[in-house]
Formats: sequence, C-alpha cells, structure tokens
Amino acid sequence: MNVCKPPELITTIGLGSCVGIAIRDKHSKIGGLVHVMLPNSKEVKSSGNLAKFADTGIPELVKRLEKMGALRSRMVAKIAGGATMFAFQSKSELTGVGDRNVAATKQALKALNIPILAEDCGANYGRTVTFNPETGDYEVKAVGKPPKVI
Amino acid sequence: MSEMTIEQMSDQYFDVLKEIGNIGAGNATTALSTMLGTKVDMKVPKVRLMEFKEVGTTLGGEEQLVAGIYLVVDGDIHGSIMFVQKKESARAMVQKLMGMPSDSDDFTEMELSALKEIGNVITGAYLNSLSTLTNLTIYPSVPDVCIDMAGAILSVPAIEFGAISDKMLLIQTDFTDDDDLSGYFILVPDEESDAKILHALGF
Repeated sequence: MNVCKPPELITTIGLGSCVGIAIRDKHSKIGGLVHVMLPNSKEVKSSGNLAKFADTGIPELVKRLEKMGALRSRMVAKIAGGATMFAFQSKSELTGVGDRNVAATKQALKALNIPILAEDCGANYGRTVTFNPETGDYEVKAVGKPPKVI
Repeated sequence: MSEMTIEQMSDQYFDVLKEIGNIGAGNATTALSTMLGTKVDMKVPKVRLMEFKEVGTTLGGEEQLVAGIYLVVDGDIHGSIMFVQKKESARAMVQKLMGMPSDSDDFTEMELSALKEIGNVITGAYLNSLSTLTNLTIYPSVPDVCIDMAGAILSVPAIEFGAISDKMLLIQTDFTDDDDLSGYFILVPDEESDAKILHALGF
C-alpha cells in the first residue's frame, strides 16, 4: 500500500489473483494504490497485515489518503487484477480467489461510497499496473499484450 | 504441536524437509535423466523460509517470466505444490525432451504438455519421497501449467500461505547439464498437515 502526490507514480508488479485498487481525489490529485491478496480478513487466523485483505486494505488506504488531505466525497477508484492463473484453482471452491477478491473489492468500495470508474479484471494472465494520480490514468501491462490505459 | 506455525518450525524440521527434498530431487534427477536421455547432475537442495516478496527477487524479479506447474495434494495430507522455473530453463528442458530446437518464443500446445509432464515427474518424485518417509498416503492432482510474470504465478501459493503466514517454504533444486535447469519447489501444506508430517516423522 502506498500513497503519493503528482508527479509521482505508483506501480505494483505482477498482480495474479490479487487486485490492485487505485484511489484518487479528483480535485487534490492525491492518490494511492493498495494490492490485496485475499478477500476477507475475518476468514483467516493471521490477519495482522491490513493491506493484504480487501475488506481492511481499502478502508486503510482511504484513511491514509484522508490524512494527506484528500476528501472521501471526491474519491474515485480504478481496479485491475483478480485473474485465475491456473485452470483448476477455481474448481476447488465455488469461485476462484481472483473472482472473490474482485467481488470483495467492489463491496468494500461500495460501502465507502467510492465509484469505480474503470476495471480490468479476471481472465488468466498477470498484470503490472502503474497509477498516475495527476491524470487518473491506470496503465495495465500484461505479458504478450499491448499495454492499455483504463 | 498443531498450534505450531511455519515460523516456529524447528531447525530439525527444516533438516527433515531438506532431506526429503534431497531424496526427492535425487529421484527426480534420475527420472529426468531417463526422460531426457542425457546425464543430469544435481546440487544439494537449499531449503529456505522466505517472505513472499523475496521469492520473486530470488527468481530474478517479479516481472521475470517463469513457468509454474501447480498441483494440489490430497489424501492424508492436504495442500499444494508448485514447481517454478525461469522461462529459459523451462524452454531448455522442453527442448531437450522434445529433441528439437524451437525458434518461437512461445510454447506450443505440445511443448506445454511436455512441460506439464516434466513438472509431474519432478513433483511426483518429491511427493514420493515424502510419502515413503512419512508413510502417509498422498494423491497429487493433474498438474496445470502457466507461464507469466513471477509475481503473478507466485501469488497463487502465496495466497494459500497468506491465510496462515506472510512467508513461504522454498526448496531450490539445481539440475545441471550444459544448461541451467534449476527450479524451485514451493510447498504449501495446510496447518493440520504440517502437524501430521511432523508426527509421522516422530517429532
């Protein structure tokens, strides 16, 4: 999890079934990115690392942005990741952890009243993302695919 | 004992896992050598407990392209096992197996299938030694293969570990002939299985 102001950028490399959530205050251009691995901190024993879970990582990021002077009412989000890297991963449970991460992310953002402007989620490949809080551009790169900006 | 987390594992348990890794890698080397029809050497495996982030670095950075072969384990113990190699090492292995060079940078269906088989043999050898030493019944699933950024591939076992700890157990195995064919095992037994393995080994 990290927060920044322009002209800094934030990047996270190699998102698999994890989800990278970029949140930004449109007005002050303060932005942040959190990389969550699991949907729910309550389902596991060692939930000390808040940034690891969608249900705790997203509120924590919002809190840090607010500390820097961002206003929640002006915050918008873009999300990427949540892939299913191995085909049989999804068979062991009803839905794979990637899909559950995306669902938990959307739920957490909804609870905070932060709209999702764009997303690039699912499928079966890893993503490297770079967030520019100045413009709100969220660049998604994947192996063997042209980079795209959402 | 069932309360023991991976961080608290004793040096002795590490030695045991290393030894299992050693025997497993030995079996795998023999199997590989037979499959590839060449002499294959191996080094003593290194067993390390490391942070999820460090594992990516060990493999050459989180954006390094790697081939991951992943399968789940059932029976007396539950968990998953992954064999991961740099893409070039995987390519070198597949070409040796198929006996023909490929000019394409991508793997064909056939090559992916060969890679899966290599992963199957290697993880099978490891699981066999674990099963023999512990007398536990272990059924591996059919493996699946994925080639992508190290960070994305490693997040799969990391998430399984993530439910328990931020660290994972990595066993580095260096197979060598002329090319670097080294690879890494990542073992993810669930907590209950850790206790069972320890118990079966007399701890």
